[in-house]
Amino acid sequence: MSNVLANILGSSPVMPLERHIDIVYRCAKQLHEFFGAAIDGKWKKAAEIRAEIEALEHEADEIKKEIRLHLPKSLFMPVPREDILELLLVQDKIANRTKDVSGLVLGRKMKIPHAVADQFLDFVDRNIDAAKQARKSVRELDELFTAGFRGAEVDLVSGLIEELDRIETDTDDKQAALRAALFKIEDKLNPVDAVFLYQVINLIGEIADMAERVGRRLELLLSH
Amino acid sequence: MDAQIVYVVLAALFGGFMAWGIGANDVANAMATSVGSKALTIRQAVVVASIFEFLGAVLAGGAVTSTIRTGIVDSELLADSPQILVYGMLASLLAAAIWLLLSSKKGWPVSTTHSIVGALVGFSAVGIGLDAVHWSQVGTIVMSWIVSPIVAGIIAYLIYSSVLWLILRQEDPLEKAKRYVPVYMFLAAFTITLVTILKGLSHIGLTINTGQSYVLAFAIALGIAIVGAIVIRRIRPDPKLEKKQHFYTVERVFGVLMVVTACGMAFAHGSNDVANAIGPLAAVVAVAQSGVVSARSAVPVWVLALGGAGIVIGLATFGRHVIVTVGQKITQLTPSRGFAAEIAAASTIVIASGTGLPISTTHTLVGAVLGVGAARGIEAIDLRVVGRIIISWIITIPAGAFLAIVIFFILKSVLP
Repeated sequence: MSNVLANILGSSPVMPLERHIDIVYRCAKQLHEFFGAAIDGKWKKAAEIRAEIEALEHEADEIKKEIRLHLPKSLFMPVPREDILELLLVQDKIANRTKDVSGLVLGRKMKIPHAVADQFLDFVDRNIDAAKQARKSVRELDELFTAGFRGAEVDLVSGLIEELDRIETDTDDKQAALRAALFKIEDKLNPVDAVFLYQVINLIGEIADMAERVGRRLELLLSH
Repeated sequence: MDAQIVYVVLAALFGGFMAWGIGANDVANAMATSVGSKALTIRQAVVVASIFEFLGAVLAGGAVTSTIRTGIVDSELLADSPQILVYGMLASLLAAAIWLLLSSKKGWPVSTTHSIVGALVGFSAVGIGLDAVHWSQVGTIVMSWIVSPIVAGIIAYLIYSSVLWLILRQEDPLEKAKRYVPVYMFLAAFTITLVTILKGLSHIGLTINTGQSYVLAFAIALGIAIVGAIVIRRIRPDPKLEKKQHFYTVERVFGVLMVVTACGMAFAHGSNDVANAIGPLAAVVAVAQSGVVSARSAVPVWVLALGGAGIVIGLATFGRHVIVTVGQKITQLTPSRGFAAEIAAASTIVIASGTGLPISTTHTLVGAVLGVGAARGIEAIDLRVVGRIIISWIITIPAGAFLAIVIFFILKSVLP
């Protein structure tokens, strides 16, 4: 039994995209506790959180595959299919970076110097904030489709994206400050550890960068 | 005389079976959106659809039934051998039923209307002669198959664009929805009742003059709009669900409107598709009653009622499951979108019914859905299905014709 009406309505990518960003955010959010455990040297706990991060990243990957599978070229959509796929890709990268950075820290059992610990955690949290704001913006996608990407809803989403940009700028400032603080104490550190610490900071900063790119992609959708 | 009774019973059986099939499969298209969006429960949907399918079949099904009965086959040529017409009509019914069973098993998007028209053309062209087909009428019907989805698409596009403009893109969509939705209700009800009164009722012997028709349609539509406005007024926003989806309450307002358009859709569907099942039956009954072939007599109301009842039984036995299944698959068709598609399709179909054109209700609805999509209303439409519809179109007519010819010759040699 097949019904023409059911067949002609392809499967909408909107709710899966919103589900995807939800999981991506939950994944990024784990970094707060992860680094908390790492700073305290609780590696067993850190390993557990890392396993959770991997599971969430994997779940996000599955949704990503699912969405791609259901977006054949024959679909007629109000916005270009490519833009939707690009949005999906940058959303997914937030989870990827989370996985990368947690893997690196856990693998080397990296010590985060206590002198910069608070500042470090604050920087991590701000990046998580960016991911949260990205989620908030993507959650408006169904409303945007309902309103056909015009009118009051567009203004609302533009506002959310502006806030996302502000958060990202804030993470940049925090990143610069954190590097400066690290620079002051780096001669007390094992040189290899210091190099990797800078790399970890870079990777964390990329979470906000990817969140910002989610905003850029949404903006592109708005301009259609 | 005994043979005549056998023919009528056979035709009633085949026709009833076709009606059952129509009720089981096609009614889902009218009601699934309402059930999927929870505007109606499945129980309510079955009751509403039954009432309006039946009303549509009886009040507005006459013109299309006449077309199927006398408009395609030139029965004047058969004045001397009325039994040929009887065999042909029985063969057409069987051919269409077999083709539909086969294609629904295979999942092809085949139209009941196309099958029966193909079968009728096939039987008369080969069984009687090429002259026996009213080719110009057939040409008009085929044109209407192309025109009806396009017209429905354009109407749906315009209506959904107006919804976007007036309601969904505004700062206060809920207030705007409460203001404008009764207007849409009025428009839907007015169009459908007016066309029915002007074109449909004459077939059951009721005549109302044009002025009175407008007044009556206006009054009915106004009544529906007022009741709708009262129901809408009582809808209160749910802040919790609204936070998740800003249009939650707005969609509930459209849900009320969709109940009205779903009734219209069921009515329209009954008015056009009942003919596929009982048009041939009407022809057989006419021959059996008078013993001669006559194009004059009206379609008996009991025949229309039988068709309506068949549809209702199909709906109640099998159709409810189809409605639920389809409803789960078409969540993209939210009430604000679904009503636009339904109002457009229902108006187009009712106008075709009034004019006596047998069109595909499903294809018309697909045209309307594409229209909403063109207004950027739908997230994802699978255009491959449109291709499959066109292919199944091209295949259905010769297939129906071929089957009808084979069955016709079998019946001719078997029946007295």
